[in-house]
Amino acid sequence: MTTSPRPLLLADALLVDPAAGTETRGGLLIRDGIIADAGPQLTPSSIGPDVEVMACGGKVLAPGLVDMRCFVGEPGYEYRETIASATAAAAAGGVTTIVCQPATDPVIDDPAIVDFLLRRARDTGIVHVHPMAAITKKLAGREMTEFGLLQEAGAVAFTDGARSVTDALVMRRAMTYARDFDALIVHHTEDPALVGEGVMNEGEFASRLGLGGIPVEAETIMLERDIRLVKLTGARYHAASITCRDSLAIIARAKTEGLPVTAAVTINHLTLNENDIGSYRTFCKVTPPLRTEDDRLALADAVADGTIDVVVSDHDPQDVETKRLPFAEAYPGAVGVETMLPAALRLVHAGLVPLHALFRALSTAPAALLGLPGGSLAVGEPADLVLVDIDEPWVLNRDTLRSKCKNSPFDEARLTGRVAATFVAGRKVFSLSA
Amino acid sequence: MTQDPSSFVLKRRHLLGIEGLSPQEITGLLDLAEEFVTLNRQIEKKRTSLRGRTQINLFFESSTRTQSSFELAGKRLGADVMNMSVAQSSIKKGETLIDTALTLNAMHPDILIMRHAASGAVELLSKKVDCSVVNAGDGTHEHPTQALLDALTIRRNKGRIERLTVAICGDILHSRVARSNIILLNQMQARVRAIGPSTLLPAAAERLGVEVFRDMKEGLRDADIVMMLRLQRERMNGSFVPSVQEYFHYFGLDETKLRYAKPDALVMHPGPMNRGVEISTAVADGAQSLIREQVEMGVAVRMAVLEALARNLPNA
Repeated sequence: MTTSPRPLLLADALLVDPAAGTETRGGLLIRDGIIADAGPQLTPSSIGPDVEVMACGGKVLAPGLVDMRCFVGEPGYEYRETIASATAAAAAGGVTTIVCQPATDPVIDDPAIVDFLLRRARDTGIVHVHPMAAITKKLAGREMTEFGLLQEAGAVAFTDGARSVTDALVMRRAMTYARDFDALIVHHTEDPALVGEGVMNEGEFASRLGLGGIPVEAETIMLERDIRLVKLTGARYHAASITCRDSLAIIARAKTEGLPVTAAVTINHLTLNENDIGSYRTFCKVTPPLRTEDDRLALADAVADGTIDVVVSDHDPQDVETKRLPFAEAYPGAVGVETMLPAALRLVHAGLVPLHALFRALSTAPAALLGLPGGSLAVGEPADLVLVDIDEPWVLNRDTLRSKCKNSPFDEARLTGRVAATFVAGRKVFSLSA
Repeated sequence: MTQDPSSFVLKRRHLLGIEGLSPQEITGLLDLAEEFVTLNRQIEKKRTSLRGRTQINLFFESSTRTQSSFELAGKRLGADVMNMSVAQSSIKKGETLIDTALTLNAMHPDILIMRHAASGAVELLSKKVDCSVVNAGDGTHEHPTQALLDALTIRRNKGRIERLTVAICGDILHSRVARSNIILLNQMQARVRAIGPSTLLPAAAERLGVEVFRDMKEGLRDADIVMMLRLQRERMNGSFVPSVQEYFHYFGLDETKLRYAKPDALVMHPGPMNRGVEISTAVADGAQSLIREQVEMGVAVRMAVLEALARNLPNA
């Protein structure tokens, strides 16, 4: 990635720095890909003639988003998504770092594949790409992967993607071993036995639709087990996708006990509920399933108060052939990296989550959790930035999405707030006007 | 060497573990073993102190070096030695351990050398027989003669055991060798470290008298002795550690890692070695390796144990 040859002043923006918890009207100066200065004192007239100036007109300038859960099809599923298409979608969504997932073919369970991905990302990506590697070989849930060598190769965390490690002994050993390397275990908490034939949230709505239900206990029992294993092993643990009120109580209790536990919620669970499935809309079929409105509101509160640390897109491009099927047979998954920020701004406009808390969950917290730079407007940080007009109304047309797949649950949705420009290491990688 | 080794008596019927041995008893055995080291280097290696005695080697787990070491030790002392390995034993036909013990006891052996895969099995059998019993390894509990031969090897090369820093590395969790060594080295005032991934360390390891390290670079710093342990094949492919490649990268002793220890550090391994898993060939065969000397000391130490126990037998 080349850096801008001339220093650039982003003038007259609302600087939202979630790391510092501040919202300030002012300018931000980028030099050599780094944030060189920021604050109200930086105006076009105060700056030298060598500096390029971009007027921001009071739009929000915040750290670029760090999406911890973004499936990319490389290697093996390039027809669903490539690094080039995923990073183009990310840039258009204000996301400056994506963390790709190991459920590829072959699975990211070998240091050589991590190395391959990092080189592909360097050559074809326009935002930062970091891989998560598998917890178990071939995601089979039996034998742990080479946490040490994978981490040295560049894996930022370990996850079996949308699979749970059901064998508690395997999980215990993996956590014990991970702790030695200070590796982060990211776990999808859903007991497949309790999921059974279920395809959506268990309850009245599933019963009316005649669809198999998945109880919240499929999630809470696995999550409880994991928390106890964290207590036993001391491993750093991140619940990949929390969906219900009951799980929030478990996470809150673990945090009160001082355990190294964090949690994420997907943008889907934060902005949609089971009723959005309507008449069998397969684009709203995700895993874990969308829950009730009561759960959704509790999740939003948890983002606001920090019980939930991270918001992810859970970007999962699915081909029409895997979605244009009866609901029960359709594959779960929704694209989301490009629409995560506009969708999340719904929570701000609804008064559920303050702006800085939202950006904390979208950038500062995931960057810190993964040990990556960014997530802050502090001087010296990389100039990974998003400029967003949080009040611009627009309607999403899924055909304009940059992802190779168009399975967006937000198709034709009215959104308020739109990304105007995205910068990675000071370089403009997306501009709405351009 | 406070007493005359030629009159040292181990005033106990069995040697079931290092646990419970006093520093005087350990020193007595090592001093006596020194005499046998000298004897074993002569052409005439025979003694008659166990003449008329019957020694049965009862190995429920296969063993090459320990069993042959005990066999040679008994024969050099003049005992009649019989080997019973599990393949030929009636255990295969469903006989219980206690019945086997009673059957053997009826044959009036004087010393029974026993190895078994279950921790505590040797002690169980010792309560059912009238002869002396020597533990040649029980499960993941103890292997006392290995710890004694290691101590003898250390003492002969470093002149002492006390205040030496001994780093025991690898699969501590499943190692009876590590347990016996930790007890003995603590009794003899050495500083003992355990180094391994957390998956191969026993629970509450630091309570066993070791300083625990999960990193070879830190753990080997200023070590006088580096004691490597064998990692069983079934444990190295994802169950306890992810792979041989990763295990060797972080915990295998190669020349680079050995440089973290003192320049005159010495390397030991109870055998059999997995070259390229826990130890590199260059280190195993290098100038700092004591691995072959350990085997030599094994025979001498086992002679000392047999002799010292026999002196305490009735009608001695």
